[in-house]
Amino acid sequence: MIVNDEEILKLELKANKIRQDVIRMLSEAKSGHSAGPLGMADIMTLLYFLVLNHDPKNPSWEDRDRLVLSNGHICPVLYAALANRGYFPVDELLTLRKLGSRLQGHPHRTALPGLETTSGPLGSGLSQACGMAKAALMDNASWRVYCLTSDGEHDEGNTWEAVLFASKYKLHNLTVIMDRNNIQIDGFTEDIMPLGSVIDKYKSFGWHTLEVDGHNYEQLINAFGEAKAEFEAPTLIVAHTIPGKGVSFMENKFEWHGKPPNKDEAEQALKELVEIEKKLKSNSEVVFS
Amino acid sequence: MINSNLYLNPKLFTDDLEQVPSRNGYGEGLVLAGEMYPNVVALCADLTESTRTEEFKKRYPDRFIEIGVAEQNLVTVASGMAAVGKIPFTTSYATFSPGRNLEQIRTTICYNDQPVKIIGSHAGISVGPDGATHQALEDIAIMRALPNMVVISPVDSLQAKKATLAIASLPKPCYLRLSREKVPVITTEQTPFEIGKGQIFWEGKDATIISTGQMVYRALEAARELEKNNISVRVINIHTIKPIDQLIIIKAAEETGAIVTVEEHQINGGLGGAVAEVVGQNYPVPLKIIGINDRFGESGEPNELLDKFGLRVEEIIKGVTYVLRMKNHPD
Repeated sequence: MIVNDEEILKLELKANKIRQDVIRMLSEAKSGHSAGPLGMADIMTLLYFLVLNHDPKNPSWEDRDRLVLSNGHICPVLYAALANRGYFPVDELLTLRKLGSRLQGHPHRTALPGLETTSGPLGSGLSQACGMAKAALMDNASWRVYCLTSDGEHDEGNTWEAVLFASKYKLHNLTVIMDRNNIQIDGFTEDIMPLGSVIDKYKSFGWHTLEVDGHNYEQLINAFGEAKAEFEAPTLIVAHTIPGKGVSFMENKFEWHGKPPNKDEAEQALKELVEIEKKLKSNSEVVFS
Repeated sequence: MINSNLYLNPKLFTDDLEQVPSRNGYGEGLVLAGEMYPNVVALCADLTESTRTEEFKKRYPDRFIEIGVAEQNLVTVASGMAAVGKIPFTTSYATFSPGRNLEQIRTTICYNDQPVKIIGSHAGISVGPDGATHQALEDIAIMRALPNMVVISPVDSLQAKKATLAIASLPKPCYLRLSREKVPVITTEQTPFEIGKGQIFWEGKDATIISTGQMVYRALEAARELEKNNISVRVINIHTIKPIDQLIIIKAAEETGAIVTVEEHQINGGLGGAVAEVVGQNYPVPLKIIGINDRFGESGEPNELLDKFGLRVEEIIKGVTYVLRMKNHPD
């Protein structure tokens, strides 16, 4: 994948729009998670607008790449990416968490097109991604599996069962992106249950590992390309992200893991994001001219 | 008297009646399902031989996936495989799966609506010497509480084989409960099997015994004894605990006016509970639930345990006498 500056700027603008949608959704819902969705907006945008081989007009296309969101609580950013990519109307985003909505508080596969699984309870998405990847290898299928997981959910034993499995069955068609944002509900991951070096741990389990800045498109694009070129082992991309990215008063604060902005906070957050949008647009004028 | 329309084993109540563990029938059924459906795969958590997944593994090594001792991974990997078109059969002991992995079954299989088959072998107190840790007595209650889940408890090995084939083509999450010990082969190849349809094994009009799994044989023995005393008892085999055959139960309540249920499972939430829900809401009649009474099992020989824990033929007869007294003398 070779991407020029213009395309990267477009992606950054798209991610900014998705962040604004996330703020509006959470503010309207009056509940939900803020930090994770904002932190993962760049990666989610990149996946749905560049990396994944998929077709929003045909969500059940057999040969599509599968994206499994394991840490289901960051679903506002998944919903926003799906809507902006054309899976369902963007207007519907504001129904998040409301009675009768297809946008459940945690994602429910059968409710909404584009979802590959139901998730929320942590630690079982990687196993499901493994099952899909194993089935694809059995059938010599060419599609790939992507799994988004969090550092916090690596407290779960189920995750490590899957880490063993993926290595044993050499699931080279599986790319795992870990959102290494160092926070979980009760505090910093290294205080709650220290993970230490995730890279060393996965390496010792036989995985191919990469480490990137989760907001740097060039690094991310290269990492996805490298994962695709790996034919022996599953790949883990540890993406260092800033929870709450783009909203100054949310950035790196674990207090924002599980709460939404109130009306004033949402206004402030949108103001900041619009500022970033303006900056990106002025940059793009420089690039495009 | 025996229902002659169901082609039951002519050797019933004779000394040379065959005894086979229901898990064996599963093993045979799985191989057949593998032949019939190329997308059937088998996943096992380090218990391939004892859950009778061995033969499938030999015949279809590329469609067998060893998971290791990891029951949470067992069902979640299966969920992922089902999501992309496989029909996964997962096997372990019923205390571990379902049990260790209940939340994964609930979220990634039932709510996510993936047609994974959960095979719980070694269910019931008749597991024997391994003791209470390995005797699943709560699995029916757990699994029948889950939306979308189909729960099947076959009466013998032949029915287990038919049930295995039937769930392979049913696009829903299913739980199949199996026994470790040899149990009497009550049915024959000709006996019909349809998911959700109860079976009257013994005709009668005074009272009804509703049972499941290997306890059906003891229920039949009780009915035979009672017939000698001119008490005519109907015996119904409920192999599908969910969705339960409401009609056959309501009809039994209407026509016989008294019901006893018998199962190798906790009284709380098992077959008896399922029958009580149907009877209580449709046609209340006197009901006695015979099962394990809110306690854990222990080590011992299978029959010793069944006897010690209140599942003797005499107890079933006592149960029938009890509901008949309530029916005839309601005050």
